Amino acid sequence: MEPARDLFDTTPPLPHVFARWFASRGWQPRAHQLALLAKARAGRSTLLIAPTGGGKTLAGFLPTLVELSERDVRPRNFRSTGRALVRSQGLHTLYISPLKALAVDIARNLEIPVQEMGLTIRLETRTGDTPTSKRQRQRRDPPDILLTTPEQLALLLASADAPYMFGTLRRVVLDELHSLVTSKRGDLLSLGLARLFALAPQLTTVGLSATVAEPDDLRRFLVPQLPQGEARADLVIAQAGAQPNVVMLDTEEHLPWAGHSARHALGDIYRFIKTHRTTLIFVNTRSQAEFLFQELWRVNDDNHAIALHHGSLDVAQRRRVEGAMAEGKLRAVVCTSSLDLGVDWGDVDLVINVGAPKGCSRLQQRIGRSNHRLDEPSEAVLVPANRFEALECRAAIDAVAENAQDTPPLRTGALDVLAQHILGRAVGAPFLPDELFEEIRAAAPYAALGRADFDAAVDFVATGGYALKAYERFAKIRQGKDSRWRVTHPRVAQRYRMNVGTIVEADMIKVRLVRSRRSGAVVPRGGRILGEVEEYFIETLTVGDTFVFAGEILRYEALVEDEAYVSRADATDPKVPAYEGGKFPLSTYLAARVRALLAKPEAWHALPEQVREWLEIQKWRSMLPRAGDLLVETFPRAAKYYLVCYPFEGRLAHQTLGMLLTRRLERARLRPLGFVANEYALAVWGLGDVAWRIANGDLSLAQLFDEDMLGDDLEAWLAESALMKRTFRSCAIVAGLIEKRFPGEEKSRRQLTISTDLVYDVLRKHQPDHILLRAARADAATGLLDIKRLGEMLSRIKGRIVHKALDHVSPLSVPVLLEIGRETVYGEASDTLLAEAADELIKEAMK
Amino acid sequence: MTAFPAHSGADRFPRRHADHAIAVNSTSLLADPEGALYWPEQGVLVVADLHLEKGSSFAARGVLLPPYDTAATLARLARLVTHYAPRCVVALGDSFHDGDGPARLAGSDREALSIMQRGREWIWITGNHDPEPATGIGGTFSATMTSGALTFRHLPTGAPGEVSGHLHPVARVAHRGRAVSRRCFAADATRMILPAFGAFTGGLNIRDAMFADVFGTLAFKAHLLGDGRLYAFAAKRCLPD
Repeated sequence: MEPARDLFDTTPPLPHVFARWFASRGWQPRAHQLALLAKARAGRSTLLIAPTGGGKTLAGFLPTLVELSERDVRPRNFRSTGRALVRSQGLHTLYISPLKALAVDIARNLEIPVQEMGLTIRLETRTGDTPTSKRQRQRRDPPDILLTTPEQLALLLASADAPYMFGTLRRVVLDELHSLVTSKRGDLLSLGLARLFALAPQLTTVGLSATVAEPDDLRRFLVPQLPQGEARADLVIAQAGAQPNVVMLDTEEHLPWAGHSARHALGDIYRFIKTHRTTLIFVNTRSQAEFLFQELWRVNDDNHAIALHHGSLDVAQRRRVEGAMAEGKLRAVVCTSSLDLGVDWGDVDLVINVGAPKGCSRLQQRIGRSNHRLDEPSEAVLVPANRFEALECRAAIDAVAENAQDTPPLRTGALDVLAQHILGRAVGAPFLPDELFEEIRAAAPYAALGRADFDAAVDFVATGGYALKAYERFAKIRQGKDSRWRVTHPRVAQRYRMNVGTIVEADMIKVRLVRSRRSGAVVPRGGRILGEVEEYFIETLTVGDTFVFAGEILRYEALVEDEAYVSRADATDPKVPAYEGGKFPLSTYLAARVRALLAKPEAWHALPEQVREWLEIQKWRSMLPRAGDLLVETFPRAAKYYLVCYPFEGRLAHQTLGMLLTRRLERARLRPLGFVANEYALAVWGLGDVAWRIANGDLSLAQLFDEDMLGDDLEAWLAESALMKRTFRSCAIVAGLIEKRFPGEEKSRRQLTISTDLVYDVLRKHQPDHILLRAARADAATGLLDIKRLGEMLSRIKGRIVHKALDHVSPLSVPVLLEIGRETVYGEASDTLLAEAADELIKEAMK
Repeated sequence: MTAFPAHSGADRFPRRHADHAIAVNSTSLLADPEGALYWPEQGVLVVADLHLEKGSSFAARGVLLPPYDTAATLARLARLVTHYAPRCVVALGDSFHDGDGPARLAGSDREALSIMQRGREWIWITGNHDPEPATGIGGTFSATMTSGALTFRHLPTGAPGEVSGHLHPVARVAHRGRAVSRRCFAADATRMILPAFGAFTGGLNIRDAMFADVFGTLAFKAHLLGDGRLYAFAAKRCLPD
């Protein structure tokens, strides 16, 4: 078959061997594949936006393969082995993937065309698992194509060989770019890329991405930014696939008011599994995955092969599931975002999303996991677990129909990642500060970096960046007479290499299955590792507690070093793990759509009957706010006074709002007792009658919700917030203040004597503008505290607060009130708990 | 979803809500929520494990912790000294994180220390981190100090009347499915182990075998440091790690 040349008249034809290969497979090169080839020949960096299954990876590599095949005509015997006398032609293309497993899979897939066309191309992977001998050889004698991860790139760049290894580089292919750029890994990658541009000025890049809201952000990421203004890569958009069929489950069962189990939909989900070849069931958290998997097996009378996949499970276990999936041996997989990315998993013909979709881009990517034939529509079913989620599902379905996107904007580069990179540059070779500053500003996330921040980061790397200049003699890097900064000791380089990377989720504890302990007996060693859970989850358990993990109900037996010993429990009602893996907040875009939907009764016909009824009663008993308004309801209940508001800004922002509101109510002597937040609403209760004080004119909601709460109140809370301390800890580790690992001894935090909480307290008091505190604040703006979003909300609702004083609970408030006592804010209010525990003892003693 | 009782900020409780009295070997003592012990009858203020210059000690090994820990620890101590106006201050050993600590002390910190020492007795009990007497930090040095029914030393031995430090006791308490971890005093009727006072000091769970070695059994209490007050729990009720 001939390539579609008529589309690209200016394009040189596909080389014969490639045309023949496409034909032999019965394929025709896709327009975007040829377009990328043309861009490469024109020396242009390019962003390719294509749906899953669009031949994206091949498009990314095609220019490389063509170029290398043309280079092949030259004699190859110059290539040497061992210590090279004559340089081989060197590394041509670098491929970077967010997932180690993806790099390995892509390498395997790429071998096929290379072999079938008989090309002499050497392609290799480099991951954390690559043996040392192979790594050394790769530096000495690089392959033509190297497939690796952002962390490995950072390590390669922090080596004296980097100019040799990357000097010949022609292309960089960045896979799943939309996912990489949203995190600190993206920052690290952008800095690595800036270094590559300096080492190999002839370099062009290709970014492969799913559809995003702002392609221009990614286009900037792909090319060096210029001092005089922004630069962008070219853009190629592949033809979209058929519009997916997305429906919301309209259940006969009672749709719950609250909760996330979706237990009511179990029968429906099971029927879907039975009537499809392979079903992917996405959920939002690992605990939901565990729960749903358990429940499905409980009703799985036909013994269908249903598997479980989430990020905490043992890697080997996950690989087995992926393998079975690829071979078409599974009927269904219950999974979290762990399967959002990656190569195609077999013949999926239905995607079920259980719970809130959270964002429409995320949902579209998940839907895209089904049916990889572009001409046929993907099939997806959304299963809301409660009534509010039904609203969100409806809003998401409408957004998908419009192809709307809500991916987050490009990050501003983090200062802790910058510090890590600066140390890496000194480890690689001595650097001149002026040159490095210019190089770093070529990275899009750091294009606006100020010189003062850069200098502060260098100062931090050198001596900790303390105003009290106490550590000159302990400097890690020092500026020489030639103005270059260099490391002071080989130990510094060694530690850098052991701690490179930006992933500091939480300290993880391995979960090991042991036999049940008879009372008093020593817990036996050995047994299988089931996976890992966050340390702070284990910290909340007491011996004998039961929880669901790895598809089993387990009993917590003991903590032995950094392993949690568990046994199989016969309990039927486990305490489900509440660990936080994968709690994404509702996107701002989708939140706005939900508010609009609420305000528009004529659009309710598309909602399930039960939801419609609920909203009608709310309208009658209280009211429904207009789209831009904030509804605040107050009502008494059981000797307490409640204030419920509905910002729809996600749990994290609501939680922060709750912390700050209770402070203000406390000051207004309204004696708040507690609060509860979910994705949609916040409820605060206390002993003071808020409505009465408002009616009396001595309390104003406008003042209560004023933006100035982000001033002193926020400051006071940050001083003691456990969430903030956790944020600080991760910055301290990324920046290299505290090391995850020391040479020779891989210690976990449990064995380290320094607590970053103590460092936070001291630093906050003595140097509040320290670079690490600024880094932590920047993270808190969007991370666990979501302060930025709260700020935007407070400004949005200014002058638009609608107060409704009620005699009793409103229908809309029921879901959030049902959450009371179910979950807790991590680490907060521990003193109150202690006081309660102590009082309880006193009561017991006085009985 | 998050539910949580209203915050317990510092404004919630007045400082020093109530004096927390603990009797050791029939001697009446006051435990301060900052982690210090006061003996009213003798006018003696006791603190353990200051670990001064721990930050710079780590820095010398390439971990550049903030150099403010000494100032922070001394400032907290100064507030207690002002509050109790003791006749004598006893530092129960490991006052410096390493032997070179006193030499690294910044001028301002040295001065803050000497102001506190003015007009009162100051006793540095030697510890395993600082076994040798040091110069330039005032006070007198001693391995132990006995007064009335009490003996002050760094390493606990379990002897009756002993007030010691070294172990950095921390206790964990669970309530409503959540666990809270705090520094604490560990004490029974005849012995007491003080919490570490230093700004950068971590801790050891009181359910560790080291504590059972000192107290013989689990029949001792943990007095957890809270916001302006202490919370007493039987060691048996506290959780192991």
